[in-house]
Parts: sequence; structure tokens; C-alpha cells
Amino acid sequence: MTDTPTKIIVDCSTGEQQIVPLTAEEIAQREADAAAFAAEQAEREAAEAAAAEAKASAQAKLAALGLTADEIAALSK
Amino acid sequence: MGMAEFLISSVTVGAGGASSIDFTSIPSTYTDLRLVVSLRSGSSGTSRGLSFTLNNDAGTNYSTRYFYGYASGVTGGSTSSSTDMYSGLYGGTSYGANIFSNIEIYIPNYASSNNKSVSVDSASENTSSTNYIGFWAGYWAQTSAITGISLKGSLAFIPNSTAYLYGIKNS
Repeated sequence: MTDTPTKIIVDCSTGEQQIVPLTAEEIAQREADAAAFAAEQAEREAAEAAAAEAKASAQAKLAALGLTADEIAALSK
Repeated sequence: MGMAEFLISSVTVGAGGASSIDFTSIPSTYTDLRLVVSLRSGSSGTSRGLSFTLNNDAGTNYSTRYFYGYASGVTGGSTSSSTDMYSGLYGGTSYGANIFSNIEIYIPNYASSNNKSVSVDSASENTSSTNYIGFWAGYWAQTSAITGISLKGSLAFIPNSTAYLYGIKNS
């Protein structure tokens, strides 16, 4: 893997392929896109973790009330 | 009426890796396009985002709706007035060795003078709990015939990642 980001350009009319370095603008945009995706992913994973934690907490409370594991599972469907 | 599919061009990423793959001068002689990619990132992280632009259009003309399932649930969302079309996830080094992710992009009536719709399915398989499978519905608010597709990864594609562009027409 090279340090300089590159792109592969394929001319579909000729089949010719070129490997060219990204421009400074393209690199900046790519870094911004990657940062935005990472932020979105972190937010999504945090929401998923919070939902899983809430579900586990609710199931523990139901168990404390005397529901069986099968009854709790039935409520979760 | 039968349907025929033709390989327009294909790319296999070489030893240097690549951050994007651009198909240019796509002929208008087909009815639909199908782009099949197999990708893996050389960086860690559970998954990476793939997006693409059409005809090098970086305007706010892309929107999507999507949902995907993973080991512990299903989620969804949307993007609007975006400068590219979000179109799936692909794994990196935290995935099992040599496991590449699959993404298929289908563009019907790509040469028409109407705005374009796109459908995407994405499978990011792993040997642990971080598998994803997702579906995207995309919209490009431009009427030009599509002559170029630029795939962009949020992190670079490693060697042996591939992209195959097919043209489909009724015959």
C-alpha cells in the first residue's frame, strides 16, 4: 500500500486504466467524509449499546417481578 | 423477451491499494447498469462506508433511505441533499482474514432523461458479531444520462478488491 492516496480511472470506451494520485482537494474531501462517517458510526453504535442496555435492564426488572425466562422472551418478540 | 448482460469493464485493485475507482465514458447502449464490488479496507474498525457519485456531480443532489441488520438488531435511516450517495458498508482488518464485503449497485434506465433511481444491497460478512446486511434506495436529482460512476471508500481499498461494471439490455 502506498502512502499517497490514489484512484483508479477506467475508460469504458477503451478499457484503458490509469492510477493517479488524489488531488489535495480530493484528499481533504475524503478525510472529511471519513470523519463524518466515523462520527455517524460512533453515534449509531452508542445508540445501539444504549438500546441493548435498556433491554437488559427491562428484562432484569421483569425477572425480579417473577416472570420466567420464556415469558420475558415472549414479551420481547 | 430475453435479457442479456455484458461486462463493460472490470478493475482489480493492485499492490498500491486505491481510495476510489472511477468508471468513465460509460456507453449509453444498454438499458440498465449493474456494478458489483468486492471490497476490504486495510484499516481497523468494524465497518467502513462506501459512497459514490455520478458524472462527477458533487452537488447536493443525492438522497437515500436505507435499513440494515446486524448481529443484535435492525436499524435504518436516510440521507438527503447529500454530495454523494451512501451505499453500504465494507469491513477492515478487524474482520476475519481475507474476508471481503460484497456490494451490488443497480441503476435502471441510466441513459434516460429522467432523474435516476438506484438500489443497493450490501453484505459485510465476518466470523463474529459484526456482520451487516443492508439495502439502500437512492435517488439522483439529475436528468443527464449517466456516463461516469465514482466509487469512494471512507478508507482505502486493499489489493484484490474488485469492481465489475455490467450493462444490461433487453434482446
